[in-house]
Amino acid sequence: MSNPILRTESLSLVYGKGTPFEKQAVKNVSIEINRGEVIGVIGHTGSGKSTLMQMLNGLIKPTSGKVFLDGKDIHADKKSLRNVRFRVGLVFQYPENQLFEETVRRDIAFGPHNMGLPEEAIEKRVKSAAAFAGLKPELLDRSPFDLSGGEKRRAAIAGVIAMDPEVLILDEPTAGLDPMGREDLLSQIDAYHKSRNNTVLLVSHSMEDIAGIADRVLVMNHGECVMLDTTQNVFSKAAELEKIGLRIPQITKITSELRAKGVPLSEGILTVSEAFEEIRAILKKEGRL
Amino acid sequence: MDFIRTEHLSFYYEQEDEQQNTPIDVLRDVSLSVKKGEFLAVIGHNGSGKSTLSKHFNAILLPTGGKVFVEELDTSDEDRIYDVRRKVGLVLQNPDNQLVASIVEEDVAFGPENLGVAPEEIRRRVDEALKAVDMYEYRLHAPHKLSGGQKQRIAIAGILAMEPDCIVLDEPTAMLDPKGREEVISAVTKLNRERGITVVLITHNMDETTRCDRVVVMDKGRILTEGTPREVFSQVQLLRSHRLDVPQATELCSMLSACGVDFLQLPLDTEECVKVLSEVLL
Repeated sequence: MSNPILRTESLSLVYGKGTPFEKQAVKNVSIEINRGEVIGVIGHTGSGKSTLMQMLNGLIKPTSGKVFLDGKDIHADKKSLRNVRFRVGLVFQYPENQLFEETVRRDIAFGPHNMGLPEEAIEKRVKSAAAFAGLKPELLDRSPFDLSGGEKRRAAIAGVIAMDPEVLILDEPTAGLDPMGREDLLSQIDAYHKSRNNTVLLVSHSMEDIAGIADRVLVMNHGECVMLDTTQNVFSKAAELEKIGLRIPQITKITSELRAKGVPLSEGILTVSEAFEEIRAILKKEGRL
Repeated sequence: MDFIRTEHLSFYYEQEDEQQNTPIDVLRDVSLSVKKGEFLAVIGHNGSGKSTLSKHFNAILLPTGGKVFVEELDTSDEDRIYDVRRKVGLVLQNPDNQLVASIVEEDVAFGPENLGVAPEEIRRRVDEALKAVDMYEYRLHAPHKLSGGQKQRIAIAGILAMEPDCIVLDEPTAMLDPKGREEVISAVTKLNRERGITVVLITHNMDETTRCDRVVVMDKGRILTEGTPREVFSQVQLLRSHRLDVPQATELCSMLSACGVDFLQLPLDTEECVKVLSEVLL
């Protein structure tokens, strides 16, 4: 694939350079992300994944290396950097802590407003962003501080979606949500991605979440990108992931252990229903079902 | 012996909104007992009442109906409230909200200091509590520079130093990464197994509950079901219909069992699942 939407060239970031607290958070990351892809980003706490994400929209300036958005160096021209942040939308961890407006409507409108859109267009965007994030219309006129935890999270995500970014980066969007909230939010992100066909980067500690949604997975360890490959290929490397403190989805582990024992299953099975279909097919073939 | 017992416990909040003054029921007629030395997990969605239930175990909340007893002390007896709280320690979700001092060992000493424990006894308790959660070597570190799992273990050590009989943990792993989760759950399991401390673990991460003695599932303020992890997770249909998670190992085998594969019992983890499926498929 040529012309990736995002490309980085030996991207590095050193914090506190020249002080005793000097720490290299990101080391020499060169990656390409294609238009329309969903990328799962994994790595344990402190692996540099959040720092990398914040460099992708120019929020943190790299110590060395470059970020290209649609072929253009984002730091080449200071004036265009603001525009980059509209095109690469970043939803932080615990984004609900950043709601600040009097009403949910005004909070979601903040981004599009800064983009200088006319009022009518803003109103439209607020409505559709709220719908994409699964926020009920009657909540728009409430104070964001009266919402439940899950609703606040959705309002914050809607605020970024309202800028209609070409690339949407979500840093642990499901952290702290219960299984039902997690499932709902992920299917909303998936539906949003499918209808807009934009690029999504999803940072998560839940391998099951990543397995269900990502086309490719980016693995960070000690500031370096140690893998960027299809979800199946990445989760086929259980031993390597475990060595760096990550694990694979339980279902992938079960099926790969069965495979190692000689059960003819595919490599890198990612969901329970895939595993179920394959096992059922084996049993049917043997005439046991 | 029952360590904590709730009898027809009900709890409601008064709505602040003046137009709608119907109270919101959070707990409805919950009768439950926690045995001495037991490791009990309480699971359920946000809003199922599980946190509210846990706050009744050390008298942070008092029942609006029914009773809660901790070793026969009625939690609504104001004169005994400190006795109840010394028996039952509470660990919360966000470790950053629970750490008060700038050095780990001082943080752990905060509880016993407030109880008026003698200095040499505090020293002994702090060292012992930190060793129990494998954080002794960090005793002189600054808490804010530790990882989430380490911070949460410091918070647990702070409770341990008050020598409670029971520790209630309200979603202690919700904000942690997989490694931090494992550290906290292992530490808690060890306290239960080796020191006989009664543990009540509130969580919505089902994988964490497979090592417990008993699981209680809360739904809309009521107990939906309870039993050993195996008994509870075998009810895949019931849990699924309430949109609760089931370990993938259990879910897979339950789907296979629905189309005719016989299992003696549904597996709860990877190892068990590989074992039963090997028997079926090889």
